[in-house]
Amino acid sequence: MTSALVPLPVVLPLLGSGAALMMSRWPRAQRMVSVVVLVAVVVVAALLLVAADREGPQVVWLGGWRELGIALVADRLAALMLLVSSIVTLAVLVYSIGQGVTDNDREAPVSIYHPTFLTLVAGVSNAFLAGDLFNLFVSFEILLFASYVLLTLGGTPARVRAGTIYVIVNVVSSALFLIAIATAYAALGTLNLAQIGERVPGLDGTTALVLQLLLLTTFSIKAAVFPLSLWLPDSYPTAPAPVTAVFAGLLTKVGVYAIIRTQTLLFPDRPLTDLLLWAALATMLIGILGAIAQSDIKRLLSFTLVSHIGYMVFGIGLATQAGMSGAVFYVAHHITVQTALFLVVGLIENLGGSSALLRLGGLASLYPLIGVLFFVPAMNLAGIPPLSGFIGKVGLLEAGIADGSWLAWLLVAGGTVTSLLTLYAVAKAWALAFWRTPREAHEMALQLGGQRDGDEEHGTAEVSAGGHVHLGATVFAAGDVKEASRAADTEVSDDSEDDLFQLLEREGRRPRPPWAMVLPTAGLVGVSLAITVFAGPLYGFTDRAAEDLVTRTPYLQAVQEAGR
Amino acid sequence: MEMNATLLLVCGGLVGCGVYLLLERSLTRVLAGLVLIGNGINVGFLVAGGGAGSSAFYGSADQADMADPLPQALVLTAIVITLGTVAFLLAMAHRSWQLYGADDVQDDVEDAAIRRLADDDATSVGHSATTQGQEEDDPEEDDR
Repeated sequence: MTSALVPLPVVLPLLGSGAALMMSRWPRAQRMVSVVVLVAVVVVAALLLVAADREGPQVVWLGGWRELGIALVADRLAALMLLVSSIVTLAVLVYSIGQGVTDNDREAPVSIYHPTFLTLVAGVSNAFLAGDLFNLFVSFEILLFASYVLLTLGGTPARVRAGTIYVIVNVVSSALFLIAIATAYAALGTLNLAQIGERVPGLDGTTALVLQLLLLTTFSIKAAVFPLSLWLPDSYPTAPAPVTAVFAGLLTKVGVYAIIRTQTLLFPDRPLTDLLLWAALATMLIGILGAIAQSDIKRLLSFTLVSHIGYMVFGIGLATQAGMSGAVFYVAHHITVQTALFLVVGLIENLGGSSALLRLGGLASLYPLIGVLFFVPAMNLAGIPPLSGFIGKVGLLEAGIADGSWLAWLLVAGGTVTSLLTLYAVAKAWALAFWRTPREAHEMALQLGGQRDGDEEHGTAEVSAGGHVHLGATVFAAGDVKEASRAADTEVSDDSEDDLFQLLEREGRRPRPPWAMVLPTAGLVGVSLAITVFAGPLYGFTDRAAEDLVTRTPYLQAVQEAGR
Repeated sequence: MEMNATLLLVCGGLVGCGVYLLLERSLTRVLAGLVLIGNGINVGFLVAGGGAGSSAFYGSADQADMADPLPQALVLTAIVITLGTVAFLLAMAHRSWQLYGADDVQDDVEDAAIRRLADDDATSVGHSATTQGQEEDDPEEDDR
């Protein structure tokens, strides 16, 4: 009776959330509850994964209201998403506990943090398990509410500004979702996903198209598919590092998951694939071009996040088994890698005092371990063989080539270019933050900072006659320097924050790496490497999951049988 | 399916006014817009539920005469969620007013920086200092 386990990933975090709220006066007990709950969710998710793979989708009609009530379904796709997300949330939770211990909580009120985080986990799990359109809506609301609170923790000006945009965008998308639900109910008389999937073929073309477009728009906002992605890079980077990490890893992927369900289960015959493919192409290219322009690692990674959503939509848009399998594999890979990268950025902020590339330098020699922890997922993101990012991209590109249409070929080309540009973006971050020495960074910042600090010595950086600033082997156009100096004059005029070099000079020694934060990050990087090592079995699994998705029968049958 | 034209018109009117308010800068007006949209959609759910009927208690009326209870349950849930959202947004508007003396929706920092670059006809390189230190940014300046 493994199907009895299906509600647990939702129920456990919700109960844990309540318990953690009651224990807000005892931080240690609170942490204990959160960790125990999330470990339990990981175990349950693993059991569900095995059960779903061996025995087919696990279905529960809640409260015994068969055919009428709310169904929770854990098929291969849902179980895989559940397992990956629970592992990632566990790592982030341990990391944030470490950060709380290290930082002594400058801004984050911890008594609220743990209950809200657990509520977020409950919402994410519920979204993966929901077998009902309205239940999916409710789970979106659960996770969104938790995310509103987490994003505006402490109510600092930057967070309130970013949070305002985030909240409004998401409330509008929720309104769209409600309209879609009303339309679906009026047209089909049911909200159960399996029943909708069975009844849609009998619907007239226009109504079905409207319904599909409504759902795709809603989920595209959540998943940050271009042109509905513009809210993301502005709102994510201001949150505390672990919050950004879990948002970046999970929330957009919930949207991607919902798109997969819509495209495979609800509308297998009216695919709108061309639209999705064009959106995927635009998302990939525009996202990565945005990343290249950034000077802050958090913003840079937010843009790569948008860009790589394009790969998943590419796989979905192909609407073949190979494409779907590639997309599912890519989701699993990307959740781990992107979260790991944001956790490392949190470490960089903690040690270097900033995530602005201009202020960082020499991290590779100061903290070799952090260097490795950044380098491995960064290369993985860019898709360097033999890492899992490479495997995922090859899978998607092969699926595109197998499709053979000119649009698919265009996407293959776009995907390759995006991969190379990602490599460029992360290599630039690596070169600036890790490779140069802190002194070089300081001198370049002085150069860029204009003549305000002109009386200080200028060191090795100099403006050549050709109009370029030379610093070691790196050359920058003088126009940028001019503009940056002006920007620095207007925006950071108080100069209250020192760069890493000044920090080191003043302290006289480098700050020690906070092990309580390093270990969970290393663990997550380890998980991403495990995805690489076990890519064969995992790809086999996603192949089977994609077969389920494309044929639909296992899902529909399981829901029907459980309903009897 | 039986449709009620009045309800449909009310639904459309509410959502239309809501969208108009949503396009304003002031967070309070945006909030009012969201409330209108929420109410409009709730009315839409009543349309989706079919014609009116007697209350849906088991045994109280013939089953064919009963109103469809499911959309009512959905509307109840939606109302509760809207209430929570409104409360949170009001708190945000208040906080924003505390911080800035206004509750305007602020511009994207990055947009503002890129717009300035475009004004100067300058290019942007990753290391340009345009976005560093968002925390210290003067929000008034970004807004203008």
